[in-house]
Amino acid sequence: MVQNYRLDKIGLVNREKKLSFKFNGKKYFGYEGDTLASALIANGVHLVGRSFKYHRPRGFFGAGVDEPYAIVQLYRNGETEPNVRATEQELFEGLEAKSVNCWPSVNFDIGAINNFLNIFLPAGFYYKTFMWPRSFWYRIYEPFIRKAAGFGVASKEHDKERYEHKYEYCDLLIAGSGPSGLASAYAAAKNGARVILAEDKPRFGGSLLTSDVSINNQSGKEWAENIITELKGMTNVTVKNRAQIFGYYDHNMLVMSERVTDHLPKSEEFTPKQRLWYIRAKQVVISSGSIERPIVFGNNDTPGVVLASAAKEYMKVYGVLVGKKPVVFTNNDSAYETAIEFKKNNINPIVLDSRQDSNSEIIKEAKSLGIDIKFSHVVVAAKGYKKVKSCDIAKISEDKQNLNQIKNIECDCICVSGFWTPTVHLASQSGGKTKFKEEIDAFVPDKSKQKEVTLGSANGVFTLEETLKTSFDKGFELSKAITNNNNSQQIPKVSEKKHSKHDKFWCVPLPKGKKYKRFLDFQNDVAVSDIELAIREGYRSIEHVKRYTTLGMATDQGKTSNLNGLQLVSNIENKVVPAVGHTTFRPPYTPISIGAIVGREIGKHSKPTRKSPMHNWHEKNNAVFVDAGVWLRPRYYKRGNEGLFEASKREAENVRKNVGVCDVTTLGKIDVKGPDAAEFLNRVYTNAWLKLPVGKARYGVMLREDGIVMDDGTTTRISENHYHMTTTTAQAANVLSHLEYYLQLVWPELDVNVVSTTEQWAGAAIAGPKSRDLLQKLFPNTNVSNEGLPFMGFVEANLFGVNARIFRISFSGELAYEVNVESDNGNFMWEKIIEIGKDFNLQPYGTEALSTLRIEMGHVAGSELDGRTIPYDTGLDGLVSKKKDFIGKRSLLKKAYNEKDRQRIVGVVPLDKKTSIPEGSHLVKDPKGKLPNPKLGHISASCWSVEHNNPFSLAILKDGKNMIGSKLYAMSPLKNKTIAVEIVSSHYVDPKGERVRS
Amino acid sequence: MLYIKCPHCGLRSQNEFAYGGDASVKRPELNKEISDQEWDEFVYLRKSPRGKHLELWHHVSGCRQWIKVLRDTSTHEIFNTYKSEEKVG
Ligand SMILES: [Zn+2]
Repeated sequence: MVQNYRLDKIGLVNREKKLSFKFNGKKYFGYEGDTLASALIANGVHLVGRSFKYHRPRGFFGAGVDEPYAIVQLYRNGETEPNVRATEQELFEGLEAKSVNCWPSVNFDIGAINNFLNIFLPAGFYYKTFMWPRSFWYRIYEPFIRKAAGFGVASKEHDKERYEHKYEYCDLLIAGSGPSGLASAYAAAKNGARVILAEDKPRFGGSLLTSDVSINNQSGKEWAENIITELKGMTNVTVKNRAQIFGYYDHNMLVMSERVTDHLPKSEEFTPKQRLWYIRAKQVVISSGSIERPIVFGNNDTPGVVLASAAKEYMKVYGVLVGKKPVVFTNNDSAYETAIEFKKNNINPIVLDSRQDSNSEIIKEAKSLGIDIKFSHVVVAAKGYKKVKSCDIAKISEDKQNLNQIKNIECDCICVSGFWTPTVHLASQSGGKTKFKEEIDAFVPDKSKQKEVTLGSANGVFTLEETLKTSFDKGFELSKAITNNNNSQQIPKVSEKKHSKHDKFWCVPLPKGKKYKRFLDFQNDVAVSDIELAIREGYRSIEHVKRYTTLGMATDQGKTSNLNGLQLVSNIENKVVPAVGHTTFRPPYTPISIGAIVGREIGKHSKPTRKSPMHNWHEKNNAVFVDAGVWLRPRYYKRGNEGLFEASKREAENVRKNVGVCDVTTLGKIDVKGPDAAEFLNRVYTNAWLKLPVGKARYGVMLREDGIVMDDGTTTRISENHYHMTTTTAQAANVLSHLEYYLQLVWPELDVNVVSTTEQWAGAAIAGPKSRDLLQKLFPNTNVSNEGLPFMGFVEANLFGVNARIFRISFSGELAYEVNVESDNGNFMWEKIIEIGKDFNLQPYGTEALSTLRIEMGHVAGSELDGRTIPYDTGLDGLVSKKKDFIGKRSLLKKAYNEKDRQRIVGVVPLDKKTSIPEGSHLVKDPKGKLPNPKLGHISASCWSVEHNNPFSLAILKDGKNMIGSKLYAMSPLKNKTIAVEIVSSHYVDPKGERVRS
Repeated sequence: MLYIKCPHCGLRSQNEFAYGGDASVKRPELNKEISDQEWDEFVYLRKSPRGKHLELWHHVSGCRQWIKVLRDTSTHEIFNTYKSEEKVG
């Protein structure tokens, strides 16, 4: 197919490389270096979508990041991506894209009926209409809005692409490679600074690529190319294209999204699709340029209405004509460059200039080329539905209120220019305020809050000469302060055409009797009438007007609409624009993909996985693992067809009957050392620690200052000034921080050091009536008799040549020991225990059996120590010393903590001895009670008691102390269960604790 | 993201630190009789000033020292940082 709108000799695309692509199923050709937008325009395709609210036809409006319309669904390498701007998506061989917001097709769209019913869709329509009746929301309104709205579909597949994060530091970070960016980067780099220069487009140079200027007798484009080439060759410079700095955060941290392979048919192996850079910069230069703003007129959203600068860019960069019968509608000189470019390519434009006259250099040039210029003329309305076919133009009175001599002229595009808006987003995000600059009718950055400076047209400077001068100076000055070097560069000689003053005119009045829609926000379909309505209804703050009308709230964040919206509000309110102020700029400047934000932290990389030294053995022996914080722990060891229930029951029964071994490496371990260690523990734990002898362990409970139990565990006195503390797996990190807090800040006079030793030791718990016999075989030379190693005793021993520590402590309630060896010897220890344990019917057991054993013993764990319970609640009040002070003690005097019917731990057994009680069930007196049914307590943990062979649960129950023997109901609305239960003691097995001492 | 100068390690990103709250809070001495109100103020009540705030940060992914940071809560400007035992002034 012929590209009817492609110019022959002009542009930067590679004519040698033809690329085929599909749009809405139809095949087209373009060239390497095209965007999807330029390639479609070259093929005469201007209808790319439908608008958000009224489903009006949508074409192209810009040529880059500011594009409000041309948003497509992209298909690439078997994946699909919504919300892709066709003006930014580079063409690659085999690219496929589809229109969004239209059904069944872009040419015939049923939603366009909204356009004819638009009297029903004014500002605030959704707020007003869909509020009532409430029951309609989920069934009718929401599905309707969802179907009618949205820009495309998110893929439901897993994203196979790779995304990366990178952290970088530099002296100067420069956002934008236009004249100000290049000049400041060059000056700073030559002065020895570490520079990162970021350009969001594929090509460097910004406005220099399309403006008619010369620098040092080269064209702007050549000068830019030479500077970039030199910068790329410098080791202190990083130059990145396709890289958008989208967020400016605290302390000069900026985030940049680099589209590494979005322009290729697929990512190469080990190359990410996108890379997110976190950059900490000593100084930031914002050289993000400016965006042309439109003039508002009737039907100004018709495909074929484009920004004049975009029309020029399509010609000069892509060699593409947006139309062959152009009307250029402007209030300033810059659009004349577009008209002249048309003329140079043998196209005759008509220029409508809202100003009464102007005789600047560029207008003289246009005149001399024979371009038809009509001063005091405006476009009243575009005509044509899917593409501009003509427009009504008129002569406008000097006060810009009256239209005369309205007539229709034929055209196929309207190139509009309402002057330039500096891109102040980044400067504003950095915390700095903006100020209104009268001469340009726009906001520019005011005083900097962080270490940044805005240069060039982003700062409202629109002449190249001044831009280059200030940028060379700034680049030198900023780098000098960092590097102390003094190599300044000569500022190049510039030749550019002087521009005359622009006209403040921005909105064409409606002719009498006409109700053309005049759009402000093209992506969200916000028209002049919507803002007028919002103000009539009493909305005053610009932030409220924005939210009520959705002005500037689309994915383009109002890049082309914000200022005109402000103009309108200030006109109606009879205020000046700065008094109305603008809405807040927030990151991201452009939409960022979720994949880029997540980076590599996905799936198993989302957090570290910690494994014990015995992990491989567990794996080989059919362990089924469970996440315990970041640890992987065996939940049970599967035999044959066993499920969780059967396996854990077998394992727990074997502990009660014979002996079991459990990997307890994950327990937190902290070495507490120093002459004041005993005193410190005495302050940290609720019970007494001063008299614990060497070689003995003690169970301890620690509180937060508010009296809530923080953690529990055993601590052993290894030697005079050395204690080995254990914590629960989950609280290990918190407990260490807690101890450090008190040692460093509250009691720095205590001579104590703490350090985590969790990873230094591998641990195995050996539990069951036969555990001592097994232990004796493991340690034949150590006296492990009840006298030699009594309950809560500790001894260092030798395990077949390996140093080991034996603690006689028990979590299961059975006679039990915990053996620790250095981590490297963990597997050796484990295999020895398994090997020798065979004679005693030893079985390994996982966390599920461990849990069963502790629940039926009434030992509390994380489900009871849930950050809401005090020692009394969990039956630990016996461990609270009355004599000494400790962390959190004063809180235990609180009235609520001493109420007579205070909650307390109890055991719960179902009356039918069969039905397991779901954890989290509420305990109530009357299962049919009036709602809200008073909750007396909740089930914290449930198991199948292997000792009694029936279900058993622990609960925290109001007045639990006096409730033993009473009958209640456990209700779980989640599981739809109501179970009659009896309250019993929480110690369901061996209440006197004889086994552990046997 | 803040850039915090640990007095032991140097400039480090905020994600190496954990926030520890108001540094001016003093824990009542052990074994000292105090009123319910005094104790509750220590446990629960914190000022939330706009402007200069001396606060604790814990360099958890670094030297594990608790440090003091003088920061403006509205602008996030950090004026100075101190070791735990250092006098602020
Ligand atoms: Zn540090």
